[in-house]
Amino acid sequence: MQPILSCRDVKVSFNGFQALQGVDLTVYPQEVRFLIGPNGAGKTTLLDVICGKTKASDGEVVYRETENIRRLQEHQIVHLGITRKFQAPSIFANLTVWENLELSLKQKRSLWAVMRARLIKEDKEKMEAMLGRIGLAHQRHQQAGMLAHGQKQWLEIGMQLMQEPEILLLDEPIAGMSETERYKTGELIHEISQNCSVLIVEHDMEFVRNFSKQVTVMHEGRVLCEGTMAEIQQNEQVAEVYLGRRESAC
Amino acid sequence: MDKKKLGYWLFFIALFLGPLYLTEFRLALLGKFLCFALVALGICLIWGYTGILSLGHGVYFGLGAYCTAMYLKLEAAGGGLPDFMEWSGVTGIPAFWRPFANPAFALGASLLVPALLAAVLGFLTFKNRIKGVYFSLISQAVVVVFVTLFVAKQDWTGGTNGLTNFTTFLGFSLASPLVQIALYLITVLILGASFALAAALTKSRAGRVLSAVRDGENRVRFLGFNPTSYKVFVYSLSAALAGLAGTLFVLQVGLISPAMMGIIPSIEMVLWVAVGGRHSLIGAILGAVIVNSAKSFFSESYPDIWSIFLGLLFIIVVMFLPNGLVGAIESWKKSRKKSRQKGGTADAADSVVS
Repeated sequence: MQPILSCRDVKVSFNGFQALQGVDLTVYPQEVRFLIGPNGAGKTTLLDVICGKTKASDGEVVYRETENIRRLQEHQIVHLGITRKFQAPSIFANLTVWENLELSLKQKRSLWAVMRARLIKEDKEKMEAMLGRIGLAHQRHQQAGMLAHGQKQWLEIGMQLMQEPEILLLDEPIAGMSETERYKTGELIHEISQNCSVLIVEHDMEFVRNFSKQVTVMHEGRVLCEGTMAEIQQNEQVAEVYLGRRESAC
Repeated sequence: MDKKKLGYWLFFIALFLGPLYLTEFRLALLGKFLCFALVALGICLIWGYTGILSLGHGVYFGLGAYCTAMYLKLEAAGGGLPDFMEWSGVTGIPAFWRPFANPAFALGASLLVPALLAAVLGFLTFKNRIKGVYFSLISQAVVVVFVTLFVAKQDWTGGTNGLTNFTTFLGFSLASPLVQIALYLITVLILGASFALAAALTKSRAGRVLSAVRDGENRVRFLGFNPTSYKVFVYSLSAALAGLAGTLFVLQVGLISPAMMGIIPSIEMVLWVAVGGRHSLIGAILGAVIVNSAKSFFSESYPDIWSIFLGLLFIIVVMFLPNGLVGAIESWKKSRKKSRQKGGTADAADSVVS
């Protein structure tokens, strides 16, 4: 199968600090891939590189085996179908839930097109369906800033889905969510993967265990190993990275 | 919503009927203030709606005014050399002055020169993601550059004195009260049309993109919008509005000088919007009219200490009304509505109990 995204030897340095020291990662269509690893492993930095927020100093990020997106601007990468949900919910607090979704519609984003844009019936139906899916139908006219934390997270996931992405990048989507919200989010992620690939950074091991197929472990700016959660738990290197500190503490 | 619209209509009709109930002197003042209101409208679009704080709109106002003033000067000279050029020892009209003998060119330039300058400046800064206080500082630097340039090139710009001593506009005598009334009415119409245009823009989806840029520019990029083009557009539009205001100003006041485009007037323009309410277009207009009315009232009544009153007004607004007068009225309305709703539910609960 043709991969949808391949990172080859991606390196990033911040003022001499090597945050990524040559990462290789391949993601296939409709795959749910979890990225785990201790703090400072470079998981979020890798997402930043893919979505264009941080520019890689070396290496390639190839989309659909044809296009190197390493030097594209953020909005150009979005146009290709790669969207990103940030760790802290970053919705537009002063706009209503409905207006947030309206801006997220897959649409022509040029100034001229947007100035003349009207909400057509088809768009409204899509937005209604999304409101139902993320459970915010009753909050549609509320200012997004007034929502509860979990609702903000869902709204942001909804905003990404409105763009009908090919690849969805999620950075700790369940942080700050209650048990039921976590479960619902997991279900939602699996539903999403019917139509697109999902790349998730997550710290919550129980969540990873419940909802992952393939897991990539990162450590100190490199990929340590890949496999199912069961395989990874057997891996000695991983145990060392995660548990080594505990041993040394003893 | 409809009540609001009716209010806007009444406000502009009241302005339009100004010549019926105002003396010639007051009408001239109000006409001048409405020019300022047009500048304030543009600043409200970039600052209140898009989050760009420009402390240099005096330049755009001034450029618009100078473009029109050049035409007026050439018309007053009647084909000869404008008076200040003779005094400076210039022998022939400079090449770049010549096209301004055509009124259509001059009026067009008074819109396009500010718009283009803003577009170039905006493109260079916004594309390089310079924003916030850094942008404000750059906009101030531009003011210094232009004021210095205009003062220094006395033979081309009239220097510190600026351009004045106009006689006619398109053959109409600027001294005639009827012409001044007509110019006032044109100003009201242009302000009304610009207000309607700005309101339509803010209500469109593009307007929501602008507020999104204000609240989270980087987030907007990840929805696939390029904030640079939106910011350049709205900045350039607001510069064009300032240029238009400059034209109307110079026609009614009969003078433009570098002092009117300097740092202090540029900051004052932002203050008008802050006082009126930067999140409201009508607030910006009211702010410009109220602050300038207060300024002329205080300076007439207390010629010695009037600036203290004005300073006090600014302090009060900044400390107690962070969203300006209109913002204060709106939050008062909201809290009244809320308390009324609370009262309603309490009544309902009572009836259940009883």
